[in-house]
Amino acid sequence: MRKLLISFVVLMSLVLGASFAMAKDLTLGLKGEPTSLDPHFHNITSNNQMAIYVFDKLIRQDERQKMQPGLAVSWKPVADTVWEFKLREGVKFHDGSPFTAEDVKYTIERIPTVPNSPSSFSFAVSAITEVEIVDPLTVRVHTEKPSPLMPRNFAAFNIVSKKAAEGKTTEDFNSGAAAIGTGPYKLAEWARGDKIVYERNDEYWGGKMPFERIIVRPITNDGTRVAALKSGDVDLINFVPPADVKHLEKTAGVELFKSPSTRLIYLHLDSNREDTPMVTDNAGNKIKNPMLDVRVRKAISKAINRPAIVARIMEGLAVPASQMVPDGYEGTSTKLKPEAYDPKGAKALLAEAGYPEGFKITIHGPNDRYVNDGDITQAIAQMLTKIGIRTEVNTMPKAVYFGKASALEFSLMLVGWATDTGEQSNCIASLLHTYDKEKGFGASNRGRFSNPIVDQKLEEALVTVDPEKHNQLIIESTEEGIGQVGIVPIHYQVNVWAAKKGLDYNGRTDGYTLPREISVK
Amino acid sequence: MLAFLIRRITQSAVVLLVMSVLVFVGVFYIGNPIDILIAPDASPAEYARAVRDLGLDKPLWEQYFIFLKGALHGNFGNSFVYNEPALKIILNRLPATLELAFTAMFMAVFLGIPLGMVAGIQHDNWIGRNIMRFSILGFSLPTFWVGLMMIIVFSVHLGWLPSGGRGPTTEFLGMQVSFLSWKGLTYLILPATNLALFKTSLAIRLSRAGVQENLQMDYVKFARAKGLSNTRIIGLHVMKNIMIPVITVLGMELGNLIAFAVVTETIFAWPGMGKLVIDSIGVLDRPIIVAYLLITVTMFIIINLIVDVLYSILDPRVRLGDER
Repeated sequence: MRKLLISFVVLMSLVLGASFAMAKDLTLGLKGEPTSLDPHFHNITSNNQMAIYVFDKLIRQDERQKMQPGLAVSWKPVADTVWEFKLREGVKFHDGSPFTAEDVKYTIERIPTVPNSPSSFSFAVSAITEVEIVDPLTVRVHTEKPSPLMPRNFAAFNIVSKKAAEGKTTEDFNSGAAAIGTGPYKLAEWARGDKIVYERNDEYWGGKMPFERIIVRPITNDGTRVAALKSGDVDLINFVPPADVKHLEKTAGVELFKSPSTRLIYLHLDSNREDTPMVTDNAGNKIKNPMLDVRVRKAISKAINRPAIVARIMEGLAVPASQMVPDGYEGTSTKLKPEAYDPKGAKALLAEAGYPEGFKITIHGPNDRYVNDGDITQAIAQMLTKIGIRTEVNTMPKAVYFGKASALEFSLMLVGWATDTGEQSNCIASLLHTYDKEKGFGASNRGRFSNPIVDQKLEEALVTVDPEKHNQLIIESTEEGIGQVGIVPIHYQVNVWAAKKGLDYNGRTDGYTLPREISVK
Repeated sequence: MLAFLIRRITQSAVVLLVMSVLVFVGVFYIGNPIDILIAPDASPAEYARAVRDLGLDKPLWEQYFIFLKGALHGNFGNSFVYNEPALKIILNRLPATLELAFTAMFMAVFLGIPLGMVAGIQHDNWIGRNIMRFSILGFSLPTFWVGLMMIIVFSVHLGWLPSGGRGPTTEFLGMQVSFLSWKGLTYLILPATNLALFKTSLAIRLSRAGVQENLQMDYVKFARAKGLSNTRIIGLHVMKNIMIPVITVLGMELGNLIAFAVVTETIFAWPGMGKLVIDSIGVLDRPIIVAYLLITVTMFIIINLIVDVLYSILDPRVRLGDER
């Protein structure tokens, strides 16, 4: 009997394995649907991910978001304000026309001119004053000031074909007429809300992909996505909800792939104005903002039991955070460790700061944006109440939440941040640098934290082209900002994919589901 | 009849206008869509650019009048998120929803009314009681739970039907539909049944009550005395009399099915309007929300009108409007 069973299992695995080896189609069930197939229309994860099926960047980001040659084979600064990119030879667009420096120049010019873009890629090209075509395979970009992050910028946007896209609109990309790239797949069909169909580009410079067709089905509902995998309707799903991970691990024929992500969950503290809207003393009277004092901010950080949040709320699918980008990324400090849970130390700090009896505060958070965001907010409130800061909770849909958060209506708030560039300077510039409309800093600094050392080190780093000096300055800026508790890091989310047995997925820190990471075992 | 129609249409225009103002102001006060749409690391200059491009820097009344001017020309503005005409995006999704809603309504009518009539006639034996038990379940079980259960049983365990999506479609009267191919039909069965469950139960209850009430009436006794066959009494005379409440309620419910199939559409990843509008509300895509609600209201107005006209056909005593 046992023998029979074993031979049956072996036979089945052969059948399954064989079916993938010969399979022509691959169906993906993904959580989000792109709003457009124009790679420059909307800078948002769901669009950026799908753009990589059809298009390529000069510099691609590998699964740990390190820079690797893409359409450019090499890049180097030839002067303090000039970067040179050597382009790959023999690359063809889907319509057969060759890829040249003209396409790079056209793309750089197109990005700021895409009409009605709700969020553009201008940030990546705004510093460029001139695009110089040295020869068809060499491009130089000139900037006014030294620009050490230029390669990172070129790892952000996709190159379109000048021939196919010139004079075309976003609508033409959506219909497929202008969606001509150099990428591993060609766009075949987009039935909005139902599926996107891609056909393999057999001439792909990066090598032929294993599947002839990829069908992407947007399935927003978590339960439905899991059911679609279990019923065999789709071969691979992304963003497996934490609650389903345990039972999928026990499900035969399904395999899980986990990867830590750069998605940080953290708190902003209102720390730069005397009058903060959501704080009172225990009797309900207005008081001066206690979070101006670094000791109070430190106490809040110490009061949070990160391992407990990770274990209980996130079912283990998160990693306690010490800074804004996980260890091992460019510009991360090795000195910073996740703040240890220390309620006694927190109480002592509060007393030292003049709040032995604590105070009252309301914490705000979204309830439909990040994994278990509402629950995390509640848990933090209970932890703060334990050290004497009597905390009320107010969570709301993201549609309402972010507008209010940006209008500085909150005192303590939970937010998430995912760094697309894979290095820390982008986080400091947006979250910790003093809010400065003219210079474009602190765009998402909703606590308005302000510290001259953080600002000065960052600004110096942003004009230091030497990579080591640049990194050192970023690390120093981070250490100062986190040491002064400009934000309270909580954890980094872990992303989970699930696939039918026989498939292998190389989990990415940016959470993207890309054809090049999928292989047949 | 004509005066009735004219008055109805004028009233409808006022309703639409008031509705558009309410939605416009409501969405405006919830928040600024740019706060959700823009990349969080975008610079303040980029933020200002996006706000300006989408016309959100203008005062509310000016935005409203721009919208009104466009709407009178049949243009509800471009979606903030998709940068395509809102109407086009909604109409693109409409066939999927209509197909789902009409299939569900078809099931409700052709299962619910006969079952309800049987339950009304056989009200004191096991057949009638079981039909009523079924209708209680259909009423009280939440749609999303039944939907998930159906997926688990029929897709995951039995593997008979696909778990979601729309499957292959065929062209029919210029629309893409699923019900003309067997494969397409397999995708339609689960969501349509899920959506039909509540309406079927409703139809059962309405027709059962109607039959029981009518069977006591003098005209039935008279017909029996005249020696008419039971089939003819029930199938023609009783049937006609129970239809008025059934049509009223199901007419309104059809509107609900089309406009609010969102739970079923989300669970079965059905690419209809309901899912579109929920996604749009999530990102405050005002042109889509406004256009969708205006279309919905128009649809309700038309259905109401049809129901009124149907009354007068079914029951000659009913007159349209207030002709005296």
